[in-house]
Amino acid sequence: MSLPMPVKLIAIATLALGASSALAFEPKGKVECLAPADPGGGWDFTCRSVGNVLETLDLVPASVQTINMAGAGGGVAFAHTVSKRAGDDQLLVAASTATTTRLAQGQFPGMDASMVNWVGALGADYGVIAVANDSEYQDLPALMEALKTDPRSVKFAGGSAKGGWDHLKVLIAAQEAGVENLPRIAYLSYNNGGEAMTQVVGGHVDAFTGDITEAQGFMDSGDLRVLAVLSEERLPGEFSEIPTAREQGIDALGPNWRGFYMPADISDEAREYWVGAMDTIYESDEWKEVMSSNGLMPFHMTAGEFQDFVTQQIVDIETLSKDIGLVQ
Amino acid sequence: METLGYLIDGFGVALAPHNLMFALLGAMLGTLIGALPGLGPANGVAILIPLAFSLGLAPDTAMIMLTSVYAGAMYGGRISSILLNIPGDEPAMMTCLDGYPMAQQGKAAEALAISAVASFVGSLIATIGLILLAPVLANFALTFGPAEYFALFMLAFATLGGITGKNPMKTVLAACLGLMIATVGIDNTGVQRYTFGVLELFEGVDFIIAIVGLFAISELLFFIEDRAGGGKETISVSKLKLSWKDIRNIMPSSFRGGVLGFVAGVLPGAGASLGSFIAYTLEKKVVGSKGGFGKGDPRGVAAPEAGNNGASSGALVPMLTLGVPGSGTTAVLLALLISLNITPGPLMFTQNADIVWGVIAALLIGNFLLLVLNIPLVGIFVKLLSVPPMYLLPIVTMVAFVGIYSISNTTFDLYFMVAFGVLGYVLRKLEIPLVPVILGLLLGPEMEKNLRHALDISDGDWMVLWDSGLAIGLWVFAAIGLILPTIVGPVLRRRMRGLEQKDTAIGD
Repeated sequence: MSLPMPVKLIAIATLALGASSALAFEPKGKVECLAPADPGGGWDFTCRSVGNVLETLDLVPASVQTINMAGAGGGVAFAHTVSKRAGDDQLLVAASTATTTRLAQGQFPGMDASMVNWVGALGADYGVIAVANDSEYQDLPALMEALKTDPRSVKFAGGSAKGGWDHLKVLIAAQEAGVENLPRIAYLSYNNGGEAMTQVVGGHVDAFTGDITEAQGFMDSGDLRVLAVLSEERLPGEFSEIPTAREQGIDALGPNWRGFYMPADISDEAREYWVGAMDTIYESDEWKEVMSSNGLMPFHMTAGEFQDFVTQQIVDIETLSKDIGLVQ
Repeated sequence: METLGYLIDGFGVALAPHNLMFALLGAMLGTLIGALPGLGPANGVAILIPLAFSLGLAPDTAMIMLTSVYAGAMYGGRISSILLNIPGDEPAMMTCLDGYPMAQQGKAAEALAISAVASFVGSLIATIGLILLAPVLANFALTFGPAEYFALFMLAFATLGGITGKNPMKTVLAACLGLMIATVGIDNTGVQRYTFGVLELFEGVDFIIAIVGLFAISELLFFIEDRAGGGKETISVSKLKLSWKDIRNIMPSSFRGGVLGFVAGVLPGAGASLGSFIAYTLEKKVVGSKGGFGKGDPRGVAAPEAGNNGASSGALVPMLTLGVPGSGTTAVLLALLISLNITPGPLMFTQNADIVWGVIAALLIGNFLLLVLNIPLVGIFVKLLSVPPMYLLPIVTMVAFVGIYSISNTTFDLYFMVAFGVLGYVLRKLEIPLVPVILGLLLGPEMEKNLRHALDISDGDWMVLWDSGLAIGLWVFAAIGLILPTIVGPVLRRRMRGLEQKDTAIGD
């Protein structure tokens, strides 16, 4: 799709003007946002919604173009950013806990988190463990007790691949609850959270693991009972009824953050600009509206803090994955 | 009666002049996108979402426009199947089998008109089904567990033998090849299979690439070969001659195809391809020896077209009632709903009744628009055939390259597509049909996943596979589909040999 004429003119004008003010960094012309998946998923949503807010807040001179590059669960886009886009300071790449999970499990061969710039996270979707309404399990400890007696007694369905984030959430909770023989726990992977939920509601699988936003529809209709949300405190608004795992004595956390990384070798000015932009977006009313209408919970980090968080999360997931035999 | 009231309100929304205009725009854009090889409905809708946003459309208008794009793309997919033997998208694959032979016989206009009528019938049946039965069907979809899905896919493969060509062994070989290609990628347990450390292969082979390569690129290669050897005969095009009798003739096929497609569409994980496939094979079995299937039988065009359009409306059932996408396109539509602040799930029908019923009404109106648009346009589409292939095929190939690149933005996919083109050329030289390759590729991963899930749930007990009445029913159908042709087949073939003199290379 080509840009309308006035936008083109403005873009050209900014390009021309930009050359004279080279001191502080400002993006010139088109900014790209790389969504490492097909249209319709979480990463695609991150790019498109943040792109809109960037445009509304005039943080970019022209438009933000979302480019979809699916493959290897984000690996193709990660490799592309590392090998072909180094130094490109007009490129944002959408990322989430799925990205750190794959990095931790060595699924992007020859690549690690230090090869890109982690600029910031703008919200999180918290994990839930849920059962069908007529299930015998009334709370999370009861479910975990059953797993302790026999790890095969409860089967879980989720939307991520085996070893992926939805699977890990179950294992994090089970580990905290003191379940032994974690690799024996059955996890069935579906194409998306919705498919996994129909299998649970239909009575074919015992429990659902996913994010709170995925579960909302079936929860409202009363078909699905959320046993626990994996957040530090109870979530605001309509979700405040749901108990956390922590208050049930199982100290398990599962935030699925949404954020961005950028290519390596960009100037400090450029990094500062984008880190500032992330802060501005997070503070803006426009973004607050996006968050509330899409079920995103408060979760914000930028620059050094975010980089440390990512590094720590990768170490944690790596340790867990080794403990349960997912990676050697 | 409550339903009727909602529907009337829905029509009120959909018939508002600006909504009607966007429905028309969507239907036209969709037809165009569907006709271009490599750009299926899912990508079409995805590409047009930013347009809906940048125009600042209201939620109902945006949804109405994009459902029209969806319906239009399902119509458009058949155009290149019939005219060029290159399916515009995967559900349109089955239309090649009889549509292209019809075009070769100079009956391209009839084939296009028949497919438009059949598409309309299929969508109409499915939309009515959606209105009347949506809540019931939502529960029906819930009864399908892994074992039932596995049996359903077995049913599809069991009926495969009857689908193409004269040599069933070649069909089996082709399906196995498809299944083998389907094993590439990270499997359900996280193990890499045949990926050779190439990142682009981790998620397996994208079937859009396989389809465009196998069909479009191989067609180009064949054309080059023909030119080198003295040139290809141009297909003669005659004027549209379609009587009411012809339309009446295809009605039973369209009806059966529409119903079957609808049922396949309702099941998330089955989808439009399975709908058009089962519609075609069943029609072939029902009509049996009386039909010249694979040689340009109008009913062979009508059944899969009704099937795939029925399935595309059927796929809206799980999307609207359960919030579960039944196909790639509905996944994109669902994402649009979420970004419009609508929570997908079982309550969508009640909480967002205005949008849901507006969409359903728009679907009905869109289908009328498409039928009205398509019949007069037949002449223009057919004119395409009089463009010399030396211009037409390179343009189609170029569009395919651009389409594939626009989805993935990697050059790897382009090389891969060319490799599939060469494979398609070799297979066609060996008279191995291409359709079963794609079916193996499409259905293989889902079938494997459901078998694994079933066994995971039962802790390795194979009895789970025929543990429910539904599963047993599906197995029985599969067994009939497998055994019947081997008994009845030789008898039929003997009779057919008496009828058919001319032998044309079909099945690709």
